Amino acid sequence: MATINEIQDQIIEDFGLFDEWDDKYAYIIDLGKKLPGIDPKYKVEENIIKGCQSLVWMVSTYKDGKVYFEGESDAIIVKGLVALLLKVLSGQPAEDVAKSDMYFIHKIGMEQHLSMTRSNGLASMVKQMKMHALAYQSKTV
Amino acid sequence: MMTTINTDLLTADGTLNIDRIREDFPILHQEVNGKPLVYFDNAATTQKPIQVVEALTAYYLNDNANIHRGIHTLAERATAAFEATRDTVKTFINAKEREEVIFTRGTTEGINLVASTWGLANLKAGDEIVVSAMEHHSNMVPWHMLAQRTNAIVKILPMNDAGELLTEAFDTIITSKTKILACVHVSNTLGSINPVKQLIAKAHAVGAVALIDGAQAVSHLDIDVQDLDADFYAFSAHKLYGPTGVGVLYGKRAILEAMPPYQGGGEMISEVSYESCTYNELPYKFEAGTPNIADVVALKAAIDYVNSIGKAPIRAYEHELLDYAVSKLKDIEGIRLIGTAKEKVSVQSFVFSDLHHQDLGIILDKEGIAIRTGHHCTQPLMGRLGVTGTSRTSFAFYNTKEEVDQFIAAIYKAIKLFR
Repeated sequence: MATINEIQDQIIEDFGLFDEWDDKYAYIIDLGKKLPGIDPKYKVEENIIKGCQSLVWMVSTYKDGKVYFEGESDAIIVKGLVALLLKVLSGQPAEDVAKSDMYFIHKIGMEQHLSMTRSNGLASMVKQMKMHALAYQSKTV
Repeated sequence: MMTTINTDLLTADGTLNIDRIREDFPILHQEVNGKPLVYFDNAATTQKPIQVVEALTAYYLNDNANIHRGIHTLAERATAAFEATRDTVKTFINAKEREEVIFTRGTTEGINLVASTWGLANLKAGDEIVVSAMEHHSNMVPWHMLAQRTNAIVKILPMNDAGELLTEAFDTIITSKTKILACVHVSNTLGSINPVKQLIAKAHAVGAVALIDGAQAVSHLDIDVQDLDADFYAFSAHKLYGPTGVGVLYGKRAILEAMPPYQGGGEMISEVSYESCTYNELPYKFEAGTPNIADVVALKAAIDYVNSIGKAPIRAYEHELLDYAVSKLKDIEGIRLIGTAKEKVSVQSFVFSDLHHQDLGIILDKEGIAIRTGHHCTQPLMGRLGVTGTSRTSFAFYNTKEEVDQFIAAIYKAIKLFR
């Protein structure tokens, strides 16, 4: 399986094909629409990353040293961004997830979604995913 | 301080000279994401005319000094400018006396001041606080906090689906148990203009006092606190084309006199010894510490600016924009207009069955358009309406029909991207 950075580089390359913001967002919207929803039983308060604007649910499982994420949002663009994060981080070793640097967000021009004004921005999603990974790591030590 | 008289903001026929007005708002003349900025988030905060920015700059460049105490020339000039704003506000809301005008940090602080001082002094267990179903959190949370401390009860004035308070419910909610009625004059989410004069009369009839949250009203409606007979009226400068960080709390003299002070410190005292202190007279009793002098000074320029156009022509023009926007919005497939009260200001919320407000907001921003999306700090109201959030557009007198066209076109573009 490709490493976190290999996947990030691939995403950056894919986004390099888009000249206009419309195309970039159309692609993210498409990713959002295609992302399978999480099982409704996981859509509970403790799995919510709350924000002013939309809801994000994030759950994870741990198997053979690797973290597997599932996520969803009630807003499509955010769901598309969740899909990108899952693509990069899901199925990766917990150690790698915990120390990862999500540089692709800037490189594909999505840094506005790291926004401080939304606590469910990409930054808090990434933070949440890293915390999951750290928790699994500490359990195995 | 010089007062700028703006004589050419109206045309010969008494309507707004929009091109001329827009010259006074340099911030509007920029591109966002390569598109001309369309600023439709005026209910969150309004833009500031150059006259306000110049008043702020002039104060710091020429007059800055601490007020009320210095005997030197700058202190006198700064004090005169600061107190001139109090006189302007007094006239603007038709308060009886200048001492009834207290400067705060904003509407929120004004409401918290009343809840913490008047509220704690006058409420006991079982007393009732009445608010409406459409309050901003600023006029909800301070009362919940007060209720928690005193074991008082918060009661809600219900509304219909259009966003109009149910007048037939007034007498069952406002009773002899009611000690204070706290109601928003104009809803920030719905734009509804509430019958506050009638509500205040109801409150007085049962011996309660009435506080009106005027944050969204002052830029649109003529405010006459004596005619309303409001006991308290709170608003913010920044929603009135003035600076952030300044607000006004109006209170009737007799009530303010009887209230304990809010914060302790400089300015609000008369005599201090190691053992005790006596408090200063109104309005200084409620203005502890060095106030936000520069922004208070600049608030006068904002009110002068609004006065030089006039609220009536402003209302007429804003309604024209609202009607035009609504006529275009209602034709969009899948839209639900939120807030359709008969009496309302130039605010329109809406939702789509299949388009999340955040998704719409992101795409509109890409098209240079600033609107507000989310719960607008009215979560209980969102629950009442059965939505998690809305998109809200709100117009000011510097907006144009061409901007509405750009906004509508951007909505269609967003819909195409998502459907």
